[in-house]
Amino acid sequence: MSGHDSKYFSTTKKGEIPELKEELNSQHRDKRKDAVKKVIAAMTVGKDVSSLFTDVVNCMQTENLELKKLVYLYLINYAKSQPDLAILAVNTFVKDSQDPNPLIRALAVRTMGCIRVDKITEYLCDPLQRCLKDDDPYVRKTAAVCVAKLYDINAELVEDRGFLESLKDLISDNNPMVVANAVAALAEIQEHSSRPIFEITSHTLSKLLTALNECTEWGQVFILDALSRCKAADAREAENIVERITPRLQHANCAVVLSAVKMILLQMELISSTDVVRNLCKKMAPPLVTLLSAEPEIQYVALRNINLIVQKRPTILAHEIKVFFCKYNDPIYVKMEKLEIMIKLASDRNIDQVLLEFKEYATEVDVDFVRRAVRAIGRCAIKLDRAAERCISVLLELIKIKVNYVVQEAIIKPLVCTLKALLMIYYDLPRYESIIATLCESLDTLDEPEAKASMIWIIGEYAERIDNADELLESFLESFPEEPPQVQLQLLTATVKLFLKKPTEGPQQMIQVVLNNATVETDNPDLRDRAYIYWRLLSTDPEAAKDVVLAEKPVISDDSNQLDPSLLDELLANIATLSSVYHKPPDAFVTRAKTASQRTEDDDYPDGNEKGYSANVGDGGASPSTSSSSVPYTAARQPSPAQVMPAPASPVPDLLGDLIGLDNNAIVPADQPAMPSGPPLPILLPASTGQGLQISAQLARQDGQIFYSLMFENNSQITLDGFMIQFNKNSFGLAAAGPLQVPPLAPGAAARTLLPMVLFQNMSPGPPSSLLQVAVKNNQQPVWYFNDKILLHVFFSEDGRMERTSFLEVRSLFHIALVYCGTELSKPYIMKDHTAERSSSMSIWSVMFVTWRSLPDSNEVLKEFPGIMVGSAETTMDRLAASNVFFIAKRKHANQDVLYFSAKIPRGIPLLIELTTVIGNPGLKCATKTPNPELAPLFFEAIETLLKI
Amino acid sequence: MAGAASALFLLDIKGRVLVWRDYRGDVSAAQAERFFTKLIEKEGDPQSQDPVVYDNGVTYMFVQHSNVYLMTATRQNCNAASILFFLHRVVDVFKHYFEELEEESLRDNFVVVYELLDEIMDFGYPQYTEAKILSEFIKTDAYRMEVTQRPPMAVTNAVSWRSEGINYKKNEVFLDVVESVNILVNSNGQIIRSDVVGALKMRTYLSGMPECKLGLNDRVLLEAQGRVTKGKAIDLEDIKFHQCVRLARFENDRTISFIPPDGSFDLMTYRLSTQVKPLIWVEAQVEKHSRSRVEIMVKARSQYKERSTATNVEIAVPVPTDASSPNIRASMGSAAYAPENDALMWKIRSFPGGKEYMLRAEFTLPSITDEEATPERKAPIRVKFEIPYFTVSGIQVRYLKIIEKSGYQALPWVRYITMAGEYELRLI
Repeated sequence: MSGHDSKYFSTTKKGEIPELKEELNSQHRDKRKDAVKKVIAAMTVGKDVSSLFTDVVNCMQTENLELKKLVYLYLINYAKSQPDLAILAVNTFVKDSQDPNPLIRALAVRTMGCIRVDKITEYLCDPLQRCLKDDDPYVRKTAAVCVAKLYDINAELVEDRGFLESLKDLISDNNPMVVANAVAALAEIQEHSSRPIFEITSHTLSKLLTALNECTEWGQVFILDALSRCKAADAREAENIVERITPRLQHANCAVVLSAVKMILLQMELISSTDVVRNLCKKMAPPLVTLLSAEPEIQYVALRNINLIVQKRPTILAHEIKVFFCKYNDPIYVKMEKLEIMIKLASDRNIDQVLLEFKEYATEVDVDFVRRAVRAIGRCAIKLDRAAERCISVLLELIKIKVNYVVQEAIIKPLVCTLKALLMIYYDLPRYESIIATLCESLDTLDEPEAKASMIWIIGEYAERIDNADELLESFLESFPEEPPQVQLQLLTATVKLFLKKPTEGPQQMIQVVLNNATVETDNPDLRDRAYIYWRLLSTDPEAAKDVVLAEKPVISDDSNQLDPSLLDELLANIATLSSVYHKPPDAFVTRAKTASQRTEDDDYPDGNEKGYSANVGDGGASPSTSSSSVPYTAARQPSPAQVMPAPASPVPDLLGDLIGLDNNAIVPADQPAMPSGPPLPILLPASTGQGLQISAQLARQDGQIFYSLMFENNSQITLDGFMIQFNKNSFGLAAAGPLQVPPLAPGAAARTLLPMVLFQNMSPGPPSSLLQVAVKNNQQPVWYFNDKILLHVFFSEDGRMERTSFLEVRSLFHIALVYCGTELSKPYIMKDHTAERSSSMSIWSVMFVTWRSLPDSNEVLKEFPGIMVGSAETTMDRLAASNVFFIAKRKHANQDVLYFSAKIPRGIPLLIELTTVIGNPGLKCATKTPNPELAPLFFEAIETLLKI
Repeated sequence: MAGAASALFLLDIKGRVLVWRDYRGDVSAAQAERFFTKLIEKEGDPQSQDPVVYDNGVTYMFVQHSNVYLMTATRQNCNAASILFFLHRVVDVFKHYFEELEEESLRDNFVVVYELLDEIMDFGYPQYTEAKILSEFIKTDAYRMEVTQRPPMAVTNAVSWRSEGINYKKNEVFLDVVESVNILVNSNGQIIRSDVVGALKMRTYLSGMPECKLGLNDRVLLEAQGRVTKGKAIDLEDIKFHQCVRLARFENDRTISFIPPDGSFDLMTYRLSTQVKPLIWVEAQVEKHSRSRVEIMVKARSQYKERSTATNVEIAVPVPTDASSPNIRASMGSAAYAPENDALMWKIRSFPGGKEYMLRAEFTLPSITDEEATPERKAPIRVKFEIPYFTVSGIQVRYLKIIEKSGYQALPWVRYITMAGEYELRLI
């Protein structure tokens, strides 16, 4: 069954479009059909054939189904670029939606739903209404999906026209396919709506469970996925549901199986009977194992999910570790995932077999995989205390085999790192003493900075037990200036440790050399500062130095990449979906941004949004995200509900001055042109209240200056002119710094303006409040009063960054820092090499802590925002930095991330901010310290505005 | 929880778009193409790339088939398992239509491809992937008729895989029971994994809407019926059924009942993870006299009953990439050096049970080697074979009842065969 369509791709170069145009208008049907095919071929290879719109649409009225489909396809692609001409197609669409042939009826509705042009959408409603009640299930199932399409384009229309009700009726349809599509559509609509639309009652539940037996495999997936949102009322109901779901585990479609597993796991939460739970676990194991015989891509998804499942219910696959052993031909991504699961399933019982496997993998060729395999041995050592020795001996065997240089290096590094981690957990050197000797022999092969640093840490930490510790360190010191910073820092600390443990002449000389190197001959501030601190410590109080440098180390434990329980539960509720593949909650990567408007024509500017002139106000467009991992956010600022002071019942003549109690000098006539564009502002005076005048406004900061950004829209029947503005006394003494510049507004016209503002003009007494009362008048209307909210972050000044240097002058404060460092900072230091990048620049840390601690505790105010989630630290930093909240430092505390920021508001009032959160999870704790704690409530409001997505 | 694909792309081997269908209007072809091209350039070998990739708000999922990539893009948290499985199904649909799915066949049939893309997915939700039924109303040029097509009942029926009104003169069913033995033996000669994956492959040529019932020697069923098992009953561990089988009924009373699709399909697959004795045991001794020659001695032993015979046995023994001048002697069959696979291929047409054959080979190695050379991949010995009229599990088809309202008699033909699946023995 091979076609010959490729001939349509070949074109006569000259005058292609006119030629096509002619053919499209040919008398001969076959010629027209061929021409449309040529057009579609041109479209396929990316040529712009939108200029043929009218000619192609003219071919739409045809009995030939194939031709009709092609024209429809053309419309889907180009209607957007020719919205005015798209209307030409409407008639045919509507006619087709009443065609006697169900295939054509469905096709018409399906296609109309894909054309995101308002004019078409308007005409879609009636045909859609009809098709939802069509006799033919094929048409109904297509119409069901079409409701979701329409909702995506115009949600209001769907609700107004009662489509949701029709859709809900389809759940009781007698055709399983229609039910399945209705479920998919409802689930999608629910996802985008905050109102409960699709609630699963026990009645619908039993309906859907029945439909499950009859619909196609894809329909089964829709239903299972939708049902996984509902929780049973009690254990009995849960058991009933599970009973009806379990047969799905036997389905040949992996997606059905995984969705059934998801459903069962969720219901299991409610089932208390251990027998039932055990039984279910037993039932789920074989289907999960069988997923590993599927295609590699599916295996990958299955493995990522199994990784989650075994964290929640380790017993399910406890005896199946062998199925995760890698096969020779497994793609590398499957092998890597298998490795992770093997570590999770490793136990004292099977560790020997697992180690044998890891050893096998460690002699493979792929360096990444080898490295992971070796690391896996290390992780097993940390996980299984009793097997630690066996793990270490396997690592040593690997070193002894000395396969080749590439692999050698791949092994040494994890070995050293593992050993270091083990020592940090067990502090039990004798157990590993012999290994250190072996390791010291292979010192020359240590190239990798991380491995080198780890080795140096070991030498420093156990300097008193390693006979030739000083010699070993000395050999490293020779190349000190050339070493990477990570190694230099570790060398510095190790030498100090050595000196403190063996204060003999050799180490003393070494320390001189190192300190000299690190203070004089380096540009690295981290290294220099650390060296200075040691120097000062050693010269003033060696005992204190001992307390600091040789402090108790924090306990670390193997995390085996365990996920936080609440996150794990969320991920398990998302089994089979991308969320479970990424091990991230959906919010972390799903962009709510509506990009519907960008289609082919603006391909080259995928994130092209208009350049708003006020950069500081979160503008509504999606900011172009550059890195592929960072999650794009929309700083969508919801227009705050308009708070409007009730207008006075009777017109008050010239009340402005009286009411606000100010001289009228500040009232300035408006007669200059205003700026027309910019991001949307919250509406403060709706047209309904303002007799047709609508005012939207917001405080903004631009180039270090505070502005009041205003937008006037005249929806009344008369021209408005002579605009003036006045601000009431407020906590910050905000007042207009210049005249309000608004041109006369004709009916239907709008104007935008930026009003410069000054501070500390007429301050209201009492505790700070965010209330800003505004009065606006014009020559035609009464005076309008409205309230705005002062957002503290517009005051954050550009010089709010806590400059390290300015604090370094406060030398005396260093001692406080050091005491603090001794208890708190040793942690980031020691862990540094082990736990990847940790921005622990000593100087910044100390500054932060010094400033933080120099303020009394009573100045610290705390507030929790349960609803705010930080998707990634970087985005948060960027977002805050855009509003002059500057990042200082970051550290990890248990599974929480702690971020420190600084900001400054006018009159030099500093704010220190500590944000504590678990990245990717909702819930944010914000603590702030400032000399003026009464500002805190305002500050929290600002932070909430800045971080809310 | 819900989520759908935004677009489906068919890309050529260099990642350029051949045909694409935009389902939701929130991704652009140029962006996707640029991303994907970059991806395969960077990785060099796209097979090592995770099949799910995130970039700038969009998730890309893809599978490869010959010189074509099938890729979806999505902005939502969609069902990854479903989408990837769907892509594999799309491959099957295209293969049914064009015999081979490759760049050329897509270009040659782009009109049908567009039509299919419109039917198999709607607004990013997979809709219908039964190739056989699809071809009843979406036809390629050669088969296109001027009669207006209607959607076959099957598209929305509960029995979505079979159309009504099929008629055969002779009603026949062929049932092949195929068992693949997967085994992994480590370098110490220990079996670290072994399982059997079985499949009941059916080819049906039946008229009307036949109701079928299949009886196996399933221990659970036989015990439930209180029958004394003559012969062997077996435990099937994980059974997966084609969607035509009524799963709820099977769950209730272990009856396998179904209305089959027309033509060939896999009725069910099952897995047995009981330890099986390797049917063909291979041992190899490799003696490497560095920089001069390598000597390989291979022993192959059949460990099944004498009345069975393995056919088309093929044993691939890896040899160093730089080996040359082979000198091979085999006690049975033929052996040849296959430098393209870096392996010695030993073929034995017929290998009766309880026999042992030997092979000796000697290769010359170059006298100079590259010190810095990356080490070679340690490939395992791999074995292929087929043993007809034999199953490892002992599965038996007790009956296959076919009832159709017209009351015709249909003949079921059953065949058993065991073959090697992933049969790997690691070398020391």
